[in-house]
Amino acid sequence: MSKLNARIPEGPLAQKWTNYKNHQKLVNPSNKRKLDVIIVGTGLAGASAAASLGEMGFNVKNFTIQDSPRRAHSIAAQGGINAAKNYPNDGDSVFRLFYDTIKGGDYRAREANVHRLAEVSNDIIDQCVAQGVPFAREYGGLLDNRSFGGAQVSRTFYAKGQTGQQLLLGAYQALMRQVNLGTVTLYTRTELVDIVIVDGKARGIITRDLVTGELQRHFGHAVILATGGYGNTFFLSTNAMGSNGSAAIKAYHKGAMFANPCMAQIHPTCIPVHGESQSKLTLMSESLRNDGRIWVPKKKEDAEAIRAGKLKPTQIAEEDRDYYLERRYPAFGNLVPRDVASRAAKERCDAGFGVGTGLAVYLDFKSSIERLGQKVIEERYGNLFQMYEKIVDENPYETPMMIYPAIHYTMGGIWVDYELQTTIPGLFAAGEANFSDHGANRLGASALMQGLADGYFVLPYTIQNYLADDIATKRMTTNEPEFVEAEKAVKARFEKLMSIKGKRSVDSLHKELGLVMWDFVGMGRNKEGLQIAVEKIAAIKKEFWSNVRIPGDITGMNIELEKASRLADFIEIGDLMARDALNREESCGGHFREEYQTPEGEALRQDDKFAYVSCWEFKGSDVTPELHKEELVYESVKMVQRNYK
Amino acid sequence: MEKTINLTLRVWRQNGPKDKGRFETYKVNKISTDSSFLEMLDILNEQLINENKVPVAFDHDCREGICGMCSLYINGRPHGPDDDVTTCQLHMRKFKDGQTITIEPWRSAAFPVIHDLIVDRQAFDKIIAAGGYVSVNTGGVPDANAIPIPKADADESMDSASCIGCGACVAACKNGSAMLFVSAKVSQLALLPQGRVEGARRAKAMVAKMDELGFGNCTNTGACEVECPKNISLSNIARLNREFLSAKLKD
Ligand SMILES: Cc1cc2nc3c(=O)[nH]c(=O)nc-3n(C[C@H](O)[C@H](O)[C@H](O)COP(=O)(O)OP(=O)(O)OC[C@H]3O[C@@H](n4cnc5c(N)ncnc54)[C@H](O)[C@@H]3O)c2cc1C
Ligand code: SF4
Ligand code: FES
Repeated sequence: MSKLNARIPEGPLAQKWTNYKNHQKLVNPSNKRKLDVIIVGTGLAGASAAASLGEMGFNVKNFTIQDSPRRAHSIAAQGGINAAKNYPNDGDSVFRLFYDTIKGGDYRAREANVHRLAEVSNDIIDQCVAQGVPFAREYGGLLDNRSFGGAQVSRTFYAKGQTGQQLLLGAYQALMRQVNLGTVTLYTRTELVDIVIVDGKARGIITRDLVTGELQRHFGHAVILATGGYGNTFFLSTNAMGSNGSAAIKAYHKGAMFANPCMAQIHPTCIPVHGESQSKLTLMSESLRNDGRIWVPKKKEDAEAIRAGKLKPTQIAEEDRDYYLERRYPAFGNLVPRDVASRAAKERCDAGFGVGTGLAVYLDFKSSIERLGQKVIEERYGNLFQMYEKIVDENPYETPMMIYPAIHYTMGGIWVDYELQTTIPGLFAAGEANFSDHGANRLGASALMQGLADGYFVLPYTIQNYLADDIATKRMTTNEPEFVEAEKAVKARFEKLMSIKGKRSVDSLHKELGLVMWDFVGMGRNKEGLQIAVEKIAAIKKEFWSNVRIPGDITGMNIELEKASRLADFIEIGDLMARDALNREESCGGHFREEYQTPEGEALRQDDKFAYVSCWEFKGSDVTPELHKEELVYESVKMVQRNYK
Repeated sequence: MEKTINLTLRVWRQNGPKDKGRFETYKVNKISTDSSFLEMLDILNEQLINENKVPVAFDHDCREGICGMCSLYINGRPHGPDDDVTTCQLHMRKFKDGQTITIEPWRSAAFPVIHDLIVDRQAFDKIIAAGGYVSVNTGGVPDANAIPIPKADADESMDSASCIGCGACVAACKNGSAMLFVSAKVSQLALLPQGRVEGARRAKAMVAKMDELGFGNCTNTGACEVECPKNISLSNIARLNREFLSAKLKD
């Protein structure tokens, strides 16, 4: 237990953050200039942190694997961002946003962090508007809100179906302003390949230049990882192709704990898989569930006829449709949280009512178009409808969309305390890369909120509390033995990869891993399946390290080498996910153990045994990791069975 | 329903910025017309790897038309033959069985080739760094609803803000001008009261940077608008010209 101290401030829940800020240590302006902060990642979390710390006067180095910070995966977020503004006057408040997030996360998140998130949510909207983010507005000129899954109020701000893009561009522009002013140095097409620890503290990173293949050493008084989630462990996911979990694994190898790895979110509304060459899955924003109704045929023979191409969905009479979410969850209907909606779709398809390939359900806009007119629907979702049509070649204004769940987001990640610091002093984690705020399930429109909260409003305070003790530490040269050693180890690893010269492509192995993950560590998990997964993943690991083929050279650009290095890390994450899922003998949020369900098929938590964060400590390659527990104490909310009926 | 096609690909290969580069010809068979163009290239690469050859490097990330990372000049058109889509959203149903497809990188002085089909577009970031923002620091800003903005202005600003920074406009332009890209950002911010304050300074700084980085002059050919996957309108360029002129007049 001693290794985990969440460092939650004293005082009543609503006062903790204020108390913290009132008493934390600060760094004076002349000292800030002398302090180097490395920020890895330029998504919402990384870009907002880099811009803010640059503005404050720190000397920031910011890294991204893409060719421009603006291309970080955050750009793809569609639906919106939550805040407790209560502009629609529908009863929202900071407490309610906090409560919904805790409840949505199925009581597996840390109260103090979530409350802080809700507290700063309103500042985020103010900040973005000031930057010129063109949020949707009403005719009166004020900001518009919409509702999202898991909430009964309208608290989601949006910019068409491109909210992530607009928020990221806002942060990117703030970042580029600092680049121009010289406070931030940008390193693009540069990948973190290791973290350097000196005297127990994070003091730098080793990177690989993706164009030249060169390894480089960088010093920082502190290092922030804002490298996103590890959903691509499943190969097929809604994440961008380059999204990866490597930074998290490097941190884990160096002693940071990996928290709740099994907590992954399956998103209910994605375009179904078309075939074997499929490279990624496309999300249809959850906001569509505001106006779309989800159904499958009531009669099995209708579903069969549709699958055989003999019947069209539009030919199914109203009374022969099963709007199963509205039927099962009358209070929330189509707006139940994601995990509930995903499992319900799987249940119908497994029972033989699926359409398309059999692994799809309908999302139908007919009644909304009748009620609101096509123009309104077009205004709300135009670009999503266009995207769907380009991919599937069907017009969703005329025939219902087909959707199916897919891996989307990882709630688990690097363990951090209240200050977003990992178990390695000086190493921080922000955004999707950390585990902190979403427990076992994330509510829609809350990841953007968290990324920007961490970067704009949390780290700029908490990192000072750490750096204030470091003002006397001189910049190190990167010729210190720790840097040299770290680079040597990285070089050896890349040489090893190149020397295997086997027969299997990286993608073929990654697809194999993905199938194991989807079949055994996906929407429905059980003890037996998870044990099989652990064995199969070990076999894939062996196959990878003995039979992967990487053409080309170690120098210069080598995309296969990049992918291989990331896959090696995904394999380790897959193993951690399976082990964690095996350990957690309960169902909660996105983690559904088939052995633990209510008679109605809902997730059944085991609060007496599992009200903790599972934190895994690396013990050596091929050695079973050690489990530590951060007990979750709820002072302000009572744990109840989630009920969306 | 599912149909497959066979294709001949002529692909630009260039081993690093200094290499002269050349076309290589490859055949790919049984490509599902439901596949995306990049999935077709994935199949080609898998084939090359199995033959122990070096796969083709191309930029891509989100594969849903939003990150702006994918590029490619396909049969002479940036982002290929379909309208209003990026290369990653282009589907093989737009091609015919037996067709030859020529695939090249963006060709423009300001976007040098790095490797195979990958070009360096950092010039765009430099233009943004020169002034493509509202100069506010984190914190201490007014309430989000303090300044009402007419819905029409907000919507128009959003349309301009949809630019994904892909560079197709530059690649499509015979002059290699970046005016569509620059004007989209200038317009987005000029249409909002928050951005108005620095309007003149921004327009001047961004245009100056664009000129400095080797982009060509705009002669109103309109090729950029035709090839822009996000329908960024030429009216943005008109607005930029007005902004720029009035800024100059004030000097
Ligand atoms: C399709 C889609 C739609 C979504 N829609 C919504 C929504 O509507 N609302 C919502 O709240 N959330 C949404 N989400 C979730 C949300 O977008 C993400 O959780 C969030 O944007 C993650 O931000 P981030 O800053 O943590 O990481 P990212 O944006 O993923 O950024 C990661 C950064 O790290 C860099 N990086 C990664 N590895 C390395 C390395 N080894 N070395 C150097 N750099 C590295 C990358 O280059 C990148 O800059 C959506 C997600 C998806 C996939
Ligand atoms: S204006 Fe259009 S073509 Fe040019 S960079 Fe923006 S999105 Fe691409
Ligand atoms: S890969 Fe992102 S726009 Fe094409």
